[in-house]
Amino acid sequence: MTTTLRPAIEMSGIVKTFGPVRALDHLDLTVQTGQVHGFLGPNGAGKSTAIRVLLGLLRADAGTARLLGGDPWRDAVALHRRLAYVPGDVNLWPNLSGGEVIDLLGRLRGGLDIRRREELIERFELDPRRKGRTYSKGNRQKVAIVAALASDVELLILDEPTSGLDPLMEAVFQDCINAEKERGRTVLLSSHILSEVEALCDRVSIIRAGAVVESGTLAELRHLTRTSISAELDSVPSGLSEMPGVHDLVSEGARVRFDVDSDRLEDAMRLLLSGGLRGLTSQPPTLEELFLRHYGTDNDSGDGYPGDAAVDAQPAAAMRADRS
Amino acid sequence: MTSLTALGGPKGSGGRPITGHPDGPVTARSAALTGTGTLLRLGLRRERISLAIWVYAICITLIASFPTLSALYPDQASRDAIAGGIAGTPAFVVMTGPVTSTTLGGLTAWRYGVLGAAAVALMAILTVVRRTRADEEAGRTELLAAGVLGRFAPLAAALGLVWGACLTIGVVVAAGAVVTGQPVAGSILLGATLAGPGMVFGSIAAVAAQLVESARAATGLAGAALAVAFALRAVGDTITGAGFASWLSPIGWGQKLAAYGADRWWVLVPLVAAAGAFAAWAVRLQSHRDVGLGVWPARLGRATNPRMRSPLALAARLQRGSLIGWSIGFLALGAMTGAMATDTGTLLAGNAKLTEIMHQLGGPGGLTDVLLASMGAIGGLLAAAYGISAMLRLTSEESAERAAPVLATAVDRRRYLAGHLLFALAGPGWLLLVGGVLTGLLYGASSGTMGSSMGDGLSSMLVQYPAALVLVGLAAALHGLVPRLAVLAWAALGVSLLLGQLGPLLQLPRAAMDISPFAHVPQLPSVPMSWTPVVVLALVAAALVAIGLAGFRRRDLRS
Repeated sequence: MTTTLRPAIEMSGIVKTFGPVRALDHLDLTVQTGQVHGFLGPNGAGKSTAIRVLLGLLRADAGTARLLGGDPWRDAVALHRRLAYVPGDVNLWPNLSGGEVIDLLGRLRGGLDIRRREELIERFELDPRRKGRTYSKGNRQKVAIVAALASDVELLILDEPTSGLDPLMEAVFQDCINAEKERGRTVLLSSHILSEVEALCDRVSIIRAGAVVESGTLAELRHLTRTSISAELDSVPSGLSEMPGVHDLVSEGARVRFDVDSDRLEDAMRLLLSGGLRGLTSQPPTLEELFLRHYGTDNDSGDGYPGDAAVDAQPAAAMRADRS
Repeated sequence: MTSLTALGGPKGSGGRPITGHPDGPVTARSAALTGTGTLLRLGLRRERISLAIWVYAICITLIASFPTLSALYPDQASRDAIAGGIAGTPAFVVMTGPVTSTTLGGLTAWRYGVLGAAAVALMAILTVVRRTRADEEAGRTELLAAGVLGRFAPLAAALGLVWGACLTIGVVVAAGAVVTGQPVAGSILLGATLAGPGMVFGSIAAVAAQLVESARAATGLAGAALAVAFALRAVGDTITGAGFASWLSPIGWGQKLAAYGADRWWVLVPLVAAAGAFAAWAVRLQSHRDVGLGVWPARLGRATNPRMRSPLALAARLQRGSLIGWSIGFLALGAMTGAMATDTGTLLAGNAKLTEIMHQLGGPGGLTDVLLASMGAIGGLLAAAYGISAMLRLTSEESAERAAPVLATAVDRRRYLAGHLLFALAGPGWLLLVGGVLTGLLYGASSGTMGSSMGDGLSSMLVQYPAALVLVGLAAALHGLVPRLAVLAWAALGVSLLLGQLGPLLQLPRAAMDISPFAHVPQLPSVPMSWTPVVVLALVAAALVAIGLAGFRRRDLRS
């Protein structure tokens, strides 16, 4: 149903340079209406710059951008009535209380829901009477989050909104975003907290050096990567190590561990069965692995696709070692 | 034993056992100061430019005043005359106190003793708060306290640094005075007149930094104490029968040292005792509180505020405190000008040299008109300074990333700019009006011709308004086009100030002087009004503001 609507955000070929630095280099990004879209990338990849272009705070040098059907630069004021923004680094006015900031930002956006404001302040355990200068980073972020969520808008643009929140508040935040999704709102969630993106997002775009290098649903992206297999066998079948799509094979007696490209999973299973399968653990690829495929090496862009066997095995293995 | 408890022990609910080392109380006491030397060097490193400027500016002003005053009042007769004339002028006595000795040194102590001490005290307050509460507020103290650092080391290092700076000023000024041929005893006491109150207010600032949670509030608290001290001695100096009030003020003690006059050495005792007592109090307060918190809990704001609904409301909230402060300043300027206008005759006491300088600054005409015109010129520069600071508030809002969240709401850039622009453009006019009205009131009250006095007072100030707006417009244009260079507006003000004050004395060519917008202002009421330059200045200001608005609409927001 949502696919029939126009995308909430369409950016294509966006270029933005600051002096010699090319912050956005032909960035393409589409966010469908009603979806929660994860915008992944490390610091300096261009996430905030892309968001600032969408908000009409920066003017793109080239490319086209459409936001809720309008031009983000020309129609900024009209569009901003329909969206709310949480900056990555929330700076508050030192002599204004948190409650005053929430009121100000909400009213400037065209109004805020008083009942919802109180409810959110309670859920996030925020003291709205404290002055801006006395808030910690996490509390400053709560002020901006409450101000954004208490507004009745179609689109939420959140730039690393939870980097200062503790795990309890992170859970509250995830509940809130899921509720927003159920109400049909669109969310662009920039983050480098992968578990958060995995928990919340319908689709994910990965940005690197100012361009989106991977975009799709989590299932689609997982399909492009490898599953980790650990199996106990009667005997290790011959040919496993030579099998195309199998990587990093380690065998200790009758126990084997390896990674397999997702499209070779079926062949690998057949071979394992022939060896008398007694126990099996399979771990789907995580977003971390996906992410590291794009950032974990010094290779230039174009790496990280299936069949590119030499690439990225090391960092992915390192991540698994960390988790175990 | 009692002192040890005060220094180290976890006493009361707020105490945290930082020095709870098993080695016993003696180690605990010295451990409380561990790292003071390192922090002192860090403080010196971080304050080197600021302190160098303060020390240099204060010392050079004081030492240079000996030859300057000697040239203005070359013989004892002229010195007696100026002392006799000024002694009856409340406007001067409020600022400087009475003349206690008509020697050259005595006149220097009179002219710069009180104001110099206030300047040293201000340096001490700002520096102590920056080195203590501001670091604590920014979380830097916590970072250091987690290392091997005694509990009282930051406080001790801050006071050591500031007391050192105060003593340096005292010693340099005393040495400079001796070198210019002044008596040694008086010179040492002149140094102490400056250094003593500075040290006391350094300690008072240390107490304020313990009491409140924010650096701004701590500076405000200690600054209020300084204002009270200044006012107490002003009351003591001007109101008959209230002389005791001077003895309640550390700045008053500085005056009572009577350098080059009675040379009262024993007044050093209360100065040193007060500096030590406030420092001890600060130490005691610190041992009863947690890092990051104040003894007084932070004041809470309002949980909700329905009036915060527009960019103008936000701008008003951010700008109002500063405008109120400046308005009080202009009230004082107007009161001083009005009071002095009455006494011009006695003030100059037939001193030909001073009269000549006044004419160069204020144009031809009667002496009172000249005085009003030159004070109006000062008012114009000050009003421009306010306008620039109000305008640059926008620039700092943007670089502190507080503009982006507002502009990401349904606020047009012009509307956002307009809120602050209202203060930057109307503010200088309001200040000049306040100053002009008070000048007129006080001048009129003594001259008996309220109508014409009010007209002279008002026009002398208000005629400067368009010139001030040109500098505000320059700040607006820079903000719109190249915000990172917006601070250059201050440089433009500095150039205008130098050209206006020094140009006539240095006899610079007219073309050079004309760079300053203030050079085109008719110096009312000393010369007749001419509308052309005033209208042209207003048009230039309007054009600059329009450039600023257009530029701001088109450019990227800085991040």
